[in-house]
Amino acid sequence: MFNISVLQEPESLEAAVAMLHADSGLRIIAGGTDVLIRIQHGGDGWSQLLSLRNVKELEAITLREDGTIVIGATAPFAKIFLDPIIREHLPSLAEAAVSMGGPQVRNVATIGGNICNGAVSGDSASTLFALDALLKLQSLEGERIIPIHEFYAGPGKVHLQPGELLTAILVPRSSYQGTSGHYIKFAMRKAMDIATLGVSVICRVQDGAFQDLRIGLGVAAPVPIRCAEAEAYARGRKITVEACKEIGKLAVKASKARTSWRASKDYREHLIEVLTERAVLEAATRAGGFRAE
Amino acid sequence: MLNSNTAGIATLKPLALTVNGKPYQFQVDIRESLLDVLRDRLQFTGVKQGCAVGECGACTVLVDGTPVNSCIYLALWAHGKSVTTIEGIEKDGELSDVQMAFVDEGAIQCGFCTPGLVLSTTALLDSGRTFTEAEIRRELSGHLCRCTGYQKIFDAAEKVLNK
Repeated sequence: MFNISVLQEPESLEAAVAMLHADSGLRIIAGGTDVLIRIQHGGDGWSQLLSLRNVKELEAITLREDGTIVIGATAPFAKIFLDPIIREHLPSLAEAAVSMGGPQVRNVATIGGNICNGAVSGDSASTLFALDALLKLQSLEGERIIPIHEFYAGPGKVHLQPGELLTAILVPRSSYQGTSGHYIKFAMRKAMDIATLGVSVICRVQDGAFQDLRIGLGVAAPVPIRCAEAEAYARGRKITVEACKEIGKLAVKASKARTSWRASKDYREHLIEVLTERAVLEAATRAGGFRAE
Repeated sequence: MLNSNTAGIATLKPLALTVNGKPYQFQVDIRESLLDVLRDRLQFTGVKQGCAVGECGACTVLVDGTPVNSCIYLALWAHGKSVTTIEGIEKDGELSDVQMAFVDEGAIQCGFCTPGLVLSTTALLDSGRTFTEAEIRRELSGHLCRCTGYQKIFDAAEKVLNK
Protein backbone atom coordinates (compact mmCIF):
# COMPACT_ATOMS: atom_id res chain seq x y z
CA MET A 1 0.00 0.00 0.00
CA PHE A 2 1.07 3.55 -0.61
CA ASN A 3 1.75 5.84 2.31
CA ILE A 4 -1.13 8.23 1.61
CA SER A 5 -2.98 9.93 4.45
CA VAL A 6 -5.21 12.30 2.47
CA LEU A 7 -6.59 11.95 -1.04
CA GLN A 8 -8.63 14.88 -2.28
CA GLU A 9 -10.44 14.36 -5.57
CA PRO A 10 -11.94 17.66 -6.74
CA GLU A 11 -14.09 17.61 -9.88
CA SER A 12 -13.43 21.14 -11.09
CA LEU A 13 -10.47 23.47 -11.43
CA GLU A 14 -12.21 25.95 -9.14
CA ALA A 15 -12.55 23.34 -6.39
CA ALA A 16 -8.95 22.16 -6.88
CA VAL A 17 -7.54 25.67 -6.52
CA ALA A 18 -9.68 26.32 -3.44
CA MET A 19 -8.46 23.09 -1.80
CA LEU A 20 -4.83 23.91 -2.58
CA HIS A 21 -5.29 27.35 -1.08
CA ALA A 22 -6.91 25.98 2.06
CA ASP A 23 -4.32 23.29 2.73
CA SER A 24 -0.69 24.04 1.96
CA GLY A 25 0.29 20.45 2.78
CA LEU A 26 -1.42 19.07 -0.32
CA ARG A 27 0.77 17.87 -3.17
CA ILE A 28 -0.58 17.45 -6.66
CA ILE A 29 -0.91 14.05 -8.31
CA ALA A 30 -2.07 13.66 -11.91
CA GLY A 31 -1.09 10.48 -13.78
CA GLY A 32 0.83 9.24 -10.76
CA THR A 33 3.60 7.52 -12.71
CA ASP A 34 6.23 9.62 -10.95
CA VAL A 35 4.45 10.57 -7.72
CA LEU A 36 3.35 7.07 -6.72
CA ILE A 37 6.87 5.76 -7.27
CA ARG A 38 8.24 8.60 -5.17
CA ILE A 39 5.80 7.57 -2.42
CA GLN A 40 6.75 3.92 -2.90
CA HIS A 41 10.36 4.92 -2.27
CA GLY A 42 9.39 6.69 0.92
CA GLY A 43 9.36 10.26 -0.40
CA ASP A 44 8.84 12.70 2.46
CA GLY A 45 6.06 15.25 2.25
CA TRP A 46 4.02 13.34 -0.31
CA SER A 47 1.38 11.70 1.88
CA GLN A 48 -1.34 14.32 1.36
CA LEU A 49 -2.47 14.33 -2.22
CA LEU A 50 -4.76 16.33 -4.41
CA SER A 51 -5.65 14.21 -7.42
CA LEU A 52 -6.45 15.96 -10.70
CA ARG A 53 -7.86 12.86 -12.36
CA ASN A 54 -11.47 14.00 -12.01
CA VAL A 55 -10.79 17.55 -13.24
CA LYS A 56 -11.73 16.74 -16.82
CA GLU A 57 -11.48 20.35 -18.01
CA LEU A 58 -7.68 20.16 -17.71
CA GLU A 59 -7.33 17.37 -20.26
CA ALA A 60 -8.37 19.10 -23.47
CA ILE A 61 -6.13 20.02 -26.40
CA THR A 62 -7.59 22.92 -28.39
CA LEU A 63 -6.69 25.37 -31.13
CA ARG A 64 -7.80 28.88 -30.22
CA GLU A 65 -9.09 31.32 -32.80
CA ASP A 66 -5.88 33.36 -32.53
CA GLY A 67 -3.91 30.23 -33.45
CA THR A 68 -2.65 29.48 -29.94
CA ILE A 69 -2.50 25.76 -29.20
CA VAL A 70 -3.69 25.06 -25.66
CA ILE A 71 -2.56 21.76 -24.18
CA GLY A 72 -4.35 20.94 -20.94
CA ALA A 73 -1.90 20.10 -18.16
CA THR A 74 -3.37 16.65 -17.56
CA ALA A 75 -3.42 15.58 -21.21
CA PRO A 76 -1.72 12.19 -21.19
CA PHE A 77 1.19 11.55 -23.54
CA ALA A 78 -0.75 8.95 -25.55
CA LYS A 79 -3.42 11.56 -26.25
CA ILE A 80 -0.82 14.15 -27.25
CA PHE A 81 0.79 11.68 -29.65
CA LEU A 82 -2.53 10.90 -31.36
CA ASP A 83 -4.09 14.37 -31.26
CA PRO A 84 -4.76 15.79 -34.75
CA ILE A 85 -3.92 19.38 -33.72
CA ILE A 86 -0.56 18.33 -32.28
CA ARG A 87 0.24 16.09 -35.26
CA GLU A 88 -0.52 18.84 -37.74
CA HIS A 89 1.11 21.79 -36.02
CA LEU A 90 3.59 20.42 -33.46
CA PRO A 91 4.79 17.11 -34.92
CA SER A 92 8.07 17.22 -32.98
CA LEU A 93 6.06 17.33 -29.74
CA ALA A 94 4.24 14.19 -30.91
CA GLU A 95 7.65 12.59 -31.51
CA ALA A 96 8.72 13.55 -28.01
CA ALA A 97 5.46 12.31 -26.49
CA VAL A 98 5.75 8.84 -27.99
CA SER A 99 9.36 8.50 -26.86
CA MET A 100 8.35 8.76 -23.20
CA GLY A 101 8.07 5.59 -21.12
CA GLY A 102 6.04 2.78 -22.65
CA PRO A 103 2.42 2.54 -23.80
CA GLN A 104 0.87 1.89 -20.38
CA VAL A 105 2.80 4.80 -18.89
CA ARG A 106 1.89 7.11 -21.80
CA ASN A 107 -1.77 6.24 -21.29
CA VAL A 108 -1.78 7.86 -17.85
CA ALA A 109 1.32 10.07 -17.47
CA THR A 110 0.53 13.74 -18.12
CA ILE A 111 2.50 16.48 -19.84
CA GLY A 112 1.91 18.83 -16.91
CA GLY A 113 3.35 16.28 -14.51
CA ASN A 114 6.35 15.84 -16.78
CA ILE A 115 7.03 19.58 -16.50
CA CYS A 116 6.18 20.10 -12.82
CA ASN A 117 8.36 17.16 -11.87
CA GLY A 118 11.24 19.37 -12.95
CA ALA A 119 13.29 16.50 -14.36
CA VAL A 120 15.88 17.72 -16.84
CA SER A 121 15.32 14.45 -18.71
CA GLY A 122 11.58 15.06 -19.14
CA ASP A 123 10.87 14.19 -22.76
CA SER A 124 8.46 17.07 -23.34
CA ALA A 125 10.74 19.78 -21.93
CA SER A 126 13.31 20.27 -24.70
CA THR A 127 10.60 20.48 -27.38
CA LEU A 128 8.53 22.93 -25.33
CA PHE A 129 11.70 25.02 -24.83
CA ALA A 130 12.32 25.00 -28.58
CA LEU A 131 8.69 25.98 -29.16
CA ASP A 132 8.93 28.95 -26.74
CA ALA A 133 5.94 27.45 -24.93
CA LEU A 134 4.16 29.41 -22.19
CA LEU A 135 2.80 27.97 -18.97
CA LYS A 136 -0.52 29.00 -17.50
CA LEU A 137 -0.51 28.84 -13.71
CA GLN A 138 -3.62 29.24 -11.63
CA SER A 139 -4.10 30.02 -7.96
CA LEU A 140 -6.94 31.45 -5.92
CA GLU A 141 -5.45 34.93 -6.45
CA GLY A 142 -5.62 34.58 -10.23
CA GLU A 143 -3.57 33.32 -13.13
CA ARG A 144 -0.14 34.11 -14.48
CA ILE A 145 1.48 33.11 -17.74
CA ILE A 146 5.24 32.64 -17.90
CA PRO A 147 7.72 31.36 -20.49
CA ILE A 148 8.64 27.74 -19.77
CA HIS A 149 12.35 28.57 -19.43
CA GLU A 150 11.53 30.73 -16.40
CA PHE A 151 9.78 27.80 -14.70
CA TYR A 152 12.72 25.47 -14.14
CA ALA A 153 14.65 26.30 -10.97
CA GLY A 154 17.10 23.40 -10.76
CA PRO A 155 17.17 19.62 -10.90
CA GLY A 156 13.70 18.45 -9.80
CA LYS A 157 12.73 22.02 -8.82
CA VAL A 158 10.27 24.37 -10.48
CA HIS A 159 8.87 27.80 -9.63
CA LEU A 160 5.42 26.61 -8.65
CA GLN A 161 4.17 28.85 -5.85
CA PRO A 162 2.22 27.46 -2.88
CA GLY A 163 -1.42 27.12 -3.85
CA GLU A 164 -0.58 27.24 -7.54
CA LEU A 165 -1.51 24.75 -10.22
CA LEU A 166 -0.22 24.36 -13.78
CA THR A 167 -3.37 24.33 -15.89
CA ALA A 168 -2.18 24.54 -19.49
CA ILE A 169 0.75 24.78 -21.86
CA LEU A 170 0.31 27.44 -24.54
CA VAL A 171 2.07 27.50 -27.89
CA PRO A 172 1.35 30.75 -29.76
CA ARG A 173 0.92 30.64 -33.52
CA SER A 174 4.05 32.75 -34.04
CA SER A 175 6.07 29.98 -32.38
CA TYR A 176 5.06 27.18 -34.72
CA GLN A 177 3.62 28.59 -37.94
CA GLY A 178 5.71 27.60 -40.95
CA THR A 179 8.16 25.58 -38.86
CA SER A 180 9.50 22.08 -39.08
CA GLY A 181 11.03 20.21 -36.20
CA HIS A 182 12.69 17.06 -35.04
CA TYR A 183 13.23 15.44 -31.65
CA ILE A 184 15.99 12.95 -30.97
CA LYS A 185 16.00 11.02 -27.71
CA PHE A 186 19.18 9.16 -26.95
CA ALA A 187 18.81 6.34 -24.44
CA MET A 188 20.13 2.83 -23.91
CA ARG A 189 16.79 1.26 -24.81
CA LYS A 190 14.13 2.28 -27.29
CA ALA A 191 11.39 2.16 -24.65
CA MET A 192 10.97 2.52 -20.89
CA ASP A 193 14.15 4.50 -20.53
CA ILE A 194 15.22 7.92 -19.32
CA ALA A 195 16.94 10.13 -21.89
CA THR A 196 20.73 10.25 -21.70
CA LEU A 197 20.27 13.27 -23.91
CA GLY A 198 17.32 14.90 -25.65
CA VAL A 199 17.64 17.33 -28.58
CA SER A 200 14.67 19.16 -30.04
CA VAL A 201 14.96 21.47 -33.00
CA ILE A 202 12.45 23.87 -34.54
CA CYS A 203 13.34 25.74 -37.72
CA ARG A 204 12.02 27.97 -40.46
CA VAL A 205 13.82 28.05 -43.77
CA GLN A 206 13.76 30.45 -46.67
CA ASP A 207 15.66 30.08 -49.95
CA GLY A 208 17.88 27.37 -48.55
CA ALA A 209 18.86 29.39 -45.48
CA PHE A 210 17.83 29.30 -41.81
CA GLN A 211 15.33 32.04 -41.17
CA ASP A 212 14.91 30.91 -37.57
CA LEU A 213 16.46 28.05 -35.63
CA ARG A 214 15.63 27.05 -32.06
CA ILE A 215 17.45 24.27 -30.22
CA GLY A 216 16.23 22.81 -26.91
CA LEU A 217 18.45 20.40 -25.01
CA GLY A 218 17.52 18.05 -22.17
CA VAL A 219 20.10 16.53 -19.76
CA ALA A 220 22.75 18.94 -21.07
CA ALA A 221 22.68 21.15 -17.95
CA PRO A 222 20.89 21.12 -14.55
CA VAL A 223 17.73 22.34 -16.32
CA PRO A 224 16.60 22.12 -19.95
CA ILE A 225 18.33 24.82 -22.03
CA ARG A 226 18.30 26.68 -25.32
CA CYS A 227 21.45 27.29 -27.36
CA ALA A 228 21.51 31.06 -28.00
CA GLU A 229 24.91 31.23 -29.69
CA ALA A 230 24.22 28.34 -32.05
CA GLU A 231 20.81 29.80 -32.91
CA ALA A 232 22.29 33.24 -33.63
CA TYR A 233 24.99 31.67 -35.80
CA ALA A 234 22.35 29.87 -37.86
CA ARG A 235 20.06 32.81 -38.50
CA GLY A 236 20.28 33.85 -42.14
CA ARG A 237 22.96 31.27 -42.87
CA LYS A 238 22.83 28.93 -45.87
CA ILE A 239 21.93 25.39 -44.83
CA THR A 240 24.92 23.12 -45.42
CA VAL A 241 26.32 20.07 -43.66
CA GLU A 242 29.27 22.22 -42.56
CA ALA A 243 26.97 24.85 -41.04
CA CYS A 244 25.07 22.13 -39.14
CA LYS A 245 28.37 20.74 -37.83
CA GLU A 246 29.29 24.20 -36.55
CA ILE A 247 25.85 24.55 -34.95
CA GLY A 248 26.48 21.25 -33.16
CA LYS A 249 29.82 22.54 -31.84
CA LEU A 250 28.24 25.80 -30.65
CA ALA A 251 25.47 23.86 -28.90
CA VAL A 252 28.11 22.17 -26.74
CA LYS A 253 29.26 25.64 -25.62
CA ALA A 254 25.78 26.36 -24.27
CA SER A 255 25.73 23.15 -22.22
CA LYS A 256 26.88 22.34 -18.71
CA ALA A 257 26.84 18.57 -18.98
CA ARG A 258 27.92 16.49 -16.03
CA THR A 259 28.99 12.96 -15.37
CA SER A 260 26.30 10.65 -14.04
CA TRP A 261 25.98 6.88 -13.97
CA ARG A 262 24.15 7.11 -17.29
CA ALA A 263 26.95 8.85 -19.16
CA SER A 264 30.17 10.81 -18.63
CA LYS A 265 30.41 14.54 -19.29
CA ASP A 266 32.66 13.91 -22.31
CA TYR A 267 30.23 11.41 -23.79
CA ARG A 268 27.28 13.75 -23.24
CA GLU A 269 29.15 16.58 -24.97
CA HIS A 270 29.84 14.27 -27.89
CA LEU A 271 26.13 13.42 -28.00
CA ILE A 272 25.15 17.11 -27.91
CA GLU A 273 27.42 17.91 -30.84
CA VAL A 274 26.50 14.95 -33.02
CA LEU A 275 22.79 14.77 -32.23
CA THR A 276 22.25 18.54 -32.57
CA GLU A 277 23.86 18.41 -36.00
CA ARG A 278 21.62 15.49 -37.00
CA ALA A 279 18.44 17.00 -35.58
CA VAL A 280 19.09 20.35 -37.28
CA LEU A 281 19.80 18.67 -40.60
CA GLU A 282 16.65 16.54 -40.34
CA ALA A 283 14.47 19.51 -39.35
CA ALA A 284 15.89 21.57 -42.24
CA THR A 285 15.29 18.66 -44.62
CA ARG A 286 11.69 18.38 -43.46
CA ALA A 287 11.29 22.11 -43.98
CA GLY A 288 12.44 21.65 -47.57
CA GLY A 289 15.58 23.69 -46.99
CA PHE A 290 18.09 20.92 -47.50
CA ARG A 291 18.52 17.95 -49.76
CA ALA A 292 21.26 15.40 -49.20
CA GLU A 293 23.60 15.19 -52.22
CA MET B 1 4.17 -7.78 -0.79
CA LEU B 2 6.60 -5.30 -2.28
CA ASN B 3 4.28 -2.40 -1.53
CA SER B 4 5.12 -2.44 2.12
CA ASN B 5 4.59 1.19 3.10
CA THR B 6 2.05 0.83 5.83
CA ALA B 7 2.43 4.14 7.62
CA GLY B 8 -0.64 6.31 8.05
CA ILE B 9 -4.13 5.30 9.01
CA ALA B 10 -6.82 3.70 6.92
CA THR B 11 -9.16 6.09 5.16
CA LEU B 12 -11.94 4.27 3.39
CA LYS B 13 -13.87 5.46 0.37
CA PRO B 14 -16.52 3.73 -1.71
CA LEU B 15 -15.46 2.15 -4.98
CA ALA B 16 -17.89 0.97 -7.64
CA LEU B 17 -16.40 -0.66 -10.69
CA THR B 18 -16.97 -3.41 -13.19
CA VAL B 19 -14.42 -6.20 -13.51
CA ASN B 20 -14.72 -8.56 -16.46
CA GLY B 21 -18.33 -7.51 -16.96
CA LYS B 22 -19.39 -8.02 -13.36
CA PRO B 23 -20.21 -5.05 -11.11
CA TYR B 24 -18.59 -4.71 -7.69
CA GLN B 25 -19.15 -2.19 -4.94
CA PHE B 26 -17.19 -1.97 -1.71
CA GLN B 27 -15.03 0.27 0.48
CA VAL B 28 -11.36 0.60 -0.35
CA ASP B 29 -8.46 2.15 1.47
CA ILE B 30 -7.15 5.25 -0.31
CA ARG B 31 -3.67 3.69 -0.04
CA GLU B 32 -4.55 0.67 -2.16
CA SER B 33 -3.45 0.25 -5.75
CA LEU B 34 -5.75 -1.25 -8.33
CA LEU B 35 -3.35 -4.21 -8.33
CA ASP B 36 -3.87 -4.71 -4.57
CA VAL B 37 -7.64 -4.69 -4.97
CA LEU B 38 -7.77 -6.95 -8.01
CA ARG B 39 -5.45 -9.58 -6.55
CA ASP B 40 -6.09 -9.48 -2.83
CA ARG B 41 -9.74 -8.48 -2.62
CA LEU B 42 -11.21 -9.94 -5.76
CA GLN B 43 -8.72 -12.79 -6.28
CA PHE B 44 -7.99 -12.00 -9.91
CA THR B 45 -4.55 -13.50 -9.53
CA GLY B 46 -3.94 -13.48 -13.28
CA VAL B 47 -2.85 -9.88 -12.62
CA LYS B 48 0.82 -10.24 -11.73
CA GLN B 49 3.00 -8.04 -9.59
CA GLY B 50 6.46 -7.77 -11.07
CA CYS B 51 8.51 -4.63 -10.51
CA ALA B 52 5.80 -2.64 -8.65
CA VAL B 53 7.13 0.60 -10.18
CA GLY B 54 5.43 0.61 -13.56
CA GLU B 55 8.29 -0.69 -15.65
CA CYS B 56 7.69 -4.37 -16.38
CA GLY B 57 4.03 -4.42 -17.47
CA ALA B 58 3.19 -7.69 -15.68
CA CYS B 59 0.36 -5.97 -13.80
CA THR B 60 -1.23 -4.54 -16.96
CA VAL B 61 -5.03 -4.47 -17.02
CA LEU B 62 -7.44 -2.66 -19.31
CA VAL B 63 -9.29 0.30 -17.79
CA ASP B 64 -12.14 1.22 -20.13
CA GLY B 65 -10.20 -0.65 -22.80
CA THR B 66 -6.89 1.19 -22.23
CA PRO B 67 -3.83 -0.68 -20.93
CA VAL B 68 -2.50 0.68 -17.63
CA ASN B 69 -0.01 -0.55 -15.07
CA SER B 70 -2.28 -1.42 -12.13
CA CYS B 71 0.62 -1.26 -9.65
CA ILE B 72 0.90 2.52 -10.03
CA TYR B 73 -2.80 3.23 -10.44
CA LEU B 74 -4.80 4.00 -7.32
CA ALA B 75 -7.77 1.67 -6.84
CA LEU B 76 -10.07 4.66 -6.40
CA TRP B 77 -9.19 5.93 -9.86
CA ALA B 78 -11.10 2.94 -11.27
CA HIS B 79 -14.34 4.25 -9.75
CA GLY B 80 -17.10 4.07 -12.34
CA LYS B 81 -14.81 2.32 -14.81
CA SER B 82 -14.75 -1.03 -16.50
CA VAL B 83 -11.68 -3.15 -15.82
CA THR B 84 -10.61 -6.19 -17.82
CA THR B 85 -8.11 -8.72 -16.50
CA ILE B 86 -6.83 -11.84 -18.22
CA GLU B 87 -9.66 -13.78 -16.53
CA GLY B 88 -12.11 -11.78 -18.65
CA ILE B 89 -10.53 -12.52 -22.01
CA GLU B 90 -11.73 -16.06 -22.76
CA LYS B 91 -15.30 -16.42 -23.96
CA ASP B 92 -17.42 -19.38 -22.81
CA GLY B 93 -14.37 -21.45 -22.08
CA GLU B 94 -12.85 -20.73 -25.48
CA LEU B 95 -9.52 -18.96 -25.83
CA SER B 96 -9.69 -15.61 -27.60
CA ASP B 97 -7.96 -15.11 -30.96
CA VAL B 98 -5.13 -13.29 -29.19
CA GLN B 99 -4.66 -16.09 -26.66
CA MET B 100 -4.79 -18.69 -29.44
CA ALA B 101 -2.14 -16.82 -31.43
CA PHE B 102 0.16 -16.77 -28.37
CA VAL B 103 -0.31 -20.54 -28.00
CA ASP B 104 0.13 -21.26 -31.71
CA GLU B 105 3.30 -19.20 -31.99
CA GLY B 106 4.86 -20.58 -28.82
CA ALA B 107 4.94 -17.07 -27.35
CA ILE B 108 4.62 -18.30 -23.76
CA GLN B 109 7.38 -19.76 -21.64
CA CYS B 110 7.18 -19.10 -17.89
CA GLY B 111 3.96 -17.18 -18.46
CA PHE B 112 4.48 -14.35 -15.98
CA CYS B 113 4.41 -11.61 -18.62
CA THR B 114 1.71 -13.31 -20.68
CA PRO B 115 -1.46 -11.87 -19.08
CA GLY B 116 -0.21 -8.32 -19.59
CA LEU B 117 0.94 -8.95 -23.13
CA VAL B 118 -2.33 -10.64 -24.08
CA LEU B 119 -4.26 -7.67 -22.66
CA SER B 120 -2.14 -5.07 -24.48
CA THR B 121 -2.48 -7.03 -27.72
CA THR B 122 -6.23 -7.33 -27.14
CA ALA B 123 -6.47 -3.54 -26.78
CA LEU B 124 -4.63 -3.13 -30.08
CA LEU B 125 -6.95 -5.64 -31.78
CA ASP B 126 -10.04 -3.94 -30.34
CA SER B 127 -8.88 -0.57 -31.70
CA GLY B 128 -9.65 -1.91 -35.19
CA ARG B 129 -6.51 -0.27 -36.56
CA THR B 130 -3.74 -1.95 -38.49
CA PHE B 131 -0.19 -1.71 -37.28
CA THR B 132 3.20 -1.67 -38.95
CA GLU B 133 5.92 -3.91 -37.61
CA ALA B 134 7.53 -0.95 -35.86
CA GLU B 135 4.21 0.11 -34.33
CA ILE B 136 3.57 -3.39 -32.95
CA ARG B 137 7.01 -3.41 -31.34
CA ARG B 138 6.41 0.06 -29.93
CA GLU B 139 2.96 -0.76 -28.58
CA LEU B 140 4.23 -3.89 -26.80
CA SER B 141 7.38 -2.20 -25.50
CA GLY B 142 5.91 -1.66 -22.03
CA HIS B 143 6.25 -5.35 -21.21
CA LEU B 144 9.40 -7.12 -20.09
CA CYS B 145 9.79 -10.80 -20.92
CA ARG B 146 12.85 -12.59 -19.61
CA CYS B 147 12.24 -15.90 -21.41
CA THR B 148 11.28 -15.58 -25.04
CA GLY B 149 13.50 -12.90 -26.53
CA TYR B 150 10.25 -11.28 -27.74
CA GLN B 151 10.32 -12.60 -31.33
CA LYS B 152 7.57 -15.16 -30.81
CA ILE B 153 5.49 -12.64 -28.89
CA PHE B 154 5.88 -10.26 -31.79
CA ASP B 155 4.97 -13.05 -34.23
CA ALA B 156 1.81 -13.86 -32.26
CA ALA B 157 0.75 -10.22 -32.12
CA GLU B 158 1.46 -9.67 -35.79
CA LYS B 159 -0.47 -12.80 -36.73
CA VAL B 160 -3.58 -11.76 -34.86
CA LEU B 161 -3.42 -8.02 -35.63
CA ASN B 162 -2.67 -8.17 -39.33
CA LYS B 163 -4.49 -11.32 -40.35
